[in-house]
Amino acid sequence: MDKIVNREALVGELNQKLGNCAEIFEDTTNQSIKVKADKIVEVMRELRDNPTYELNHIMNLSSVEYPENFTVVYHLNSLTYLHKLTVKVEVEKANPQVPSIVSLWNAADVMEREAYDLMGIVFTGHPNLKRILLADDFVGYPLRKDFKLQA
Amino acid sequence: MLKTQELALNMGPVHPSTHGVYRCVLTLDGEYIQKAVNHIGYLHRGLEKLAESRTYNQFIPYTDRLDYCSGLANELAYVMAVEKLLGIEEEIPERAQYLRVICAELQRLASHGICVGSFALDIAGSTGFFYSFRERDRVLELITRIGGNRLTPNYMRMGGVAWDLDEDFFKELKQLMDEFPAYLDEYDGLLTGNEILQTRSIGVAPVSKEMALSYGFTGPNLRACGVDSDLRRDEPYGIYDRFKFDVPVCKNGDTFDRFCMRIREMRESVKIIQQALKDIPEGPVMAKVPKVIKPPVGEVFHRIENAKGHLGFHLVSDGSTKPYRTRIYSPTFVMLGAFPEMAKGTHIMDAVLILASIDIVLGEVDR
Amino acid sequence: MQILINLADGIRGWIIGMGLSDTSAEMILTAIGALGAVIFILLHVIILLLAERRVSAAFQLRRGPNRLGPLGIGQVFADVVKTLAKEDIIPAGADKFVFKIASTTLFATALLAYAVIPFGDGMIIQNLNIGIFYFIAIGSTATLSILMGGFASNNKYALIGGMRAVAQMISYEVPMVFSLLGVVMLTGSLKMSDIVMAQKDMWFIVPQFIAFFVYYIAATAEINRAPFDLAEGEQELIAGYFIEYSGIRWALFMMAEYANMVAVSAIAVTLFLGGWNAPFGLTFIPGFVWFLIKIYLMLFTFLWVRWTFPRLRIDHLMHFGWKFLIPVSLANIVVTGIGIYVYRMITG
Repeated sequence: MDKIVNREALVGELNQKLGNCAEIFEDTTNQSIKVKADKIVEVMRELRDNPTYELNHIMNLSSVEYPENFTVVYHLNSLTYLHKLTVKVEVEKANPQVPSIVSLWNAADVMEREAYDLMGIVFTGHPNLKRILLADDFVGYPLRKDFKLQA
Repeated sequence: MLKTQELALNMGPVHPSTHGVYRCVLTLDGEYIQKAVNHIGYLHRGLEKLAESRTYNQFIPYTDRLDYCSGLANELAYVMAVEKLLGIEEEIPERAQYLRVICAELQRLASHGICVGSFALDIAGSTGFFYSFRERDRVLELITRIGGNRLTPNYMRMGGVAWDLDEDFFKELKQLMDEFPAYLDEYDGLLTGNEILQTRSIGVAPVSKEMALSYGFTGPNLRACGVDSDLRRDEPYGIYDRFKFDVPVCKNGDTFDRFCMRIREMRESVKIIQQALKDIPEGPVMAKVPKVIKPPVGEVFHRIENAKGHLGFHLVSDGSTKPYRTRIYSPTFVMLGAFPEMAKGTHIMDAVLILASIDIVLGEVDR
Repeated sequence: MQILINLADGIRGWIIGMGLSDTSAEMILTAIGALGAVIFILLHVIILLLAERRVSAAFQLRRGPNRLGPLGIGQVFADVVKTLAKEDIIPAGADKFVFKIASTTLFATALLAYAVIPFGDGMIIQNLNIGIFYFIAIGSTATLSILMGGFASNNKYALIGGMRAVAQMISYEVPMVFSLLGVVMLTGSLKMSDIVMAQKDMWFIVPQFIAFFVYYIAATAEINRAPFDLAEGEQELIAGYFIEYSGIRWALFMMAEYANMVAVSAIAVTLFLGGWNAPFGLTFIPGFVWFLIKIYLMLFTFLWVRWTFPRLRIDHLMHFGWKFLIPVSLANIVVTGIGIYVYRMITG
């Protein structure tokens, strides 16, 4: 089983330091917290630099489309303590925008470009938000549910 | 008045040294790289979108084709992720677990064989290429006996493996593992100890620990920078906690260290396979799994220590037979993002070596 | 061996008997000799084409061409026919005239070098008084042809390859010349036949072994063979200066490379390995055959080195040439000079 961060303590600390931004997210993994989109960069910085948690390794950056919103899922890991945390950010469907965390991890550069390319989520503050896997003049976002495969 | 001008050189999708269809636009000052821009996506097949219209079982052959140099390991990552969703991780029979370990380590040998051989080819010591591919061919023959195909065996299933392997396979495997360390010494003699190879790769593109963590390096590239992290030892999946093996770590993180890591890891893989061959029990190879796989609503993120790094699967299930969202975290996709930074200021011949030492496979980069 | 000299005398006698003057007889014989050199080169290109592939296959634990003809000899004919049948593509923005003559001039300079190679006793096309000097001078004109090929192709890879070739070949001219100076000092003459005669008792590789190794390395760099084949790159520059050439023009580049290889081996044999002198007094085998055997040994070492070592980087190459080979070859000249002086003092 994975070692998981103590979410209650973490959420309490985050809300105390950065204002009301985080809450425990109930799902089957039992290791997720939900963070407000505009505070995500500060939260991530706190998670990375706080010596109690030291979540210094970003394992994954996914984008999922649910019927009511887009969710950007960050899987974080600590190489010192070996505990994990999942951070979810929900954005509205009409205008999905999330601040970019490129300033914290350079690995997010390519992963956010891919999320933009395939799902259409705009990462504000990204230095080079262009399509990465598809052609530059491609129209549409393939991973969205309304994009039908043609075969 | 004489001026100099920067040259824009296109290391195009068709190039002998780009390890696949990968394009890099280099801006050169003389022969030193000022800027490098990646262009990938030439092999994008939309696997993540395809997964949404295939059942969980039907997607297993697709995972073979991600990093086509280590098919069985990709299948293992996916199958373990689905088993986590189903909650049947404890029910996998012992023999299947041992077979899975043997398959994963065999694929590590094959994949590192390609890295060593291609590195030798890129540095123009093409004899080294043939030496390492001679061994890789024997490993691929074993994999053909496992799954029927050299590169895309399609052997893992949810709950175990597809079928049992016979006595002849284990005899041949044991013989190959007994002979392998001598072959690794041969590579060391021909390649690692070669003065020209050392001069060309020591000190080229060193990556510090902070840069490695920031750019999301995983696997042998991370360990070459001095970070002691190996999923098989730190967070053992399957039955990896029963095996004794060392985790090689290098200090400088330059091209030579990344190259040496591969050969050292091959030695450890041979040890693991030999231990597995000794301890493998008899028994069934498949757990009792329902015919139609319908995981409950939920999500999971599972990753394994693949030959190239951490291969991860983030699966979101909505209760039906097809996954709602499949996200494949491929290590080389992220590490290739570090290539422009690593190649800056180096010679164009060094850039080719840096690309070879990162060990990219375009099937995994582009999915 | 005597048979070729008798043949030459016979032809000379027949021409003079027809009423033509002496000089025209000499000119005709020289022309026949040049034709013979061309045939020699072409024969060896064919042999090397196959030998390279089979020798490299032996090093790499595989078989090499063995389908066409016994030992794969038919492979050469197949390659030649395929190359001649290819379309002659000239890139759109290329400088047409320079592009067309580049490969021809490279082959021509390779051919010109054969004028002073002593194949046997009295078997030299032109026994110039400045034999070795002529060879070095001709060798340096090859640089120009490679530069022409690189520049005229309108291709950035070719440009980089051409630039590298010029830097490399000019840098390694100097140690090559210095290494040959030791032999010239020992002989006291630039004439090829004198150099071979001076090695009757002891081959010059014994007193000049350092010069031999310097010459070997510098010669490998001069003819653009691995590990010094940066100009053609193959892993970085795809094919460097001849990337845009196809068909017979490409074949001329390849033939010139092999012709250069044989010429450089021949010079090494002449200056260091005794030329056509028989070792251990085995004179029942004619000198011409000994010369060939020694050349084949040298060629084998060239192939051996090519398929074993990785390639150097351009700055390592320049460092090695300027900062190591030149001081070593200069030291060799100094030591040789001192040695000759001491020897003369001792023997009075």
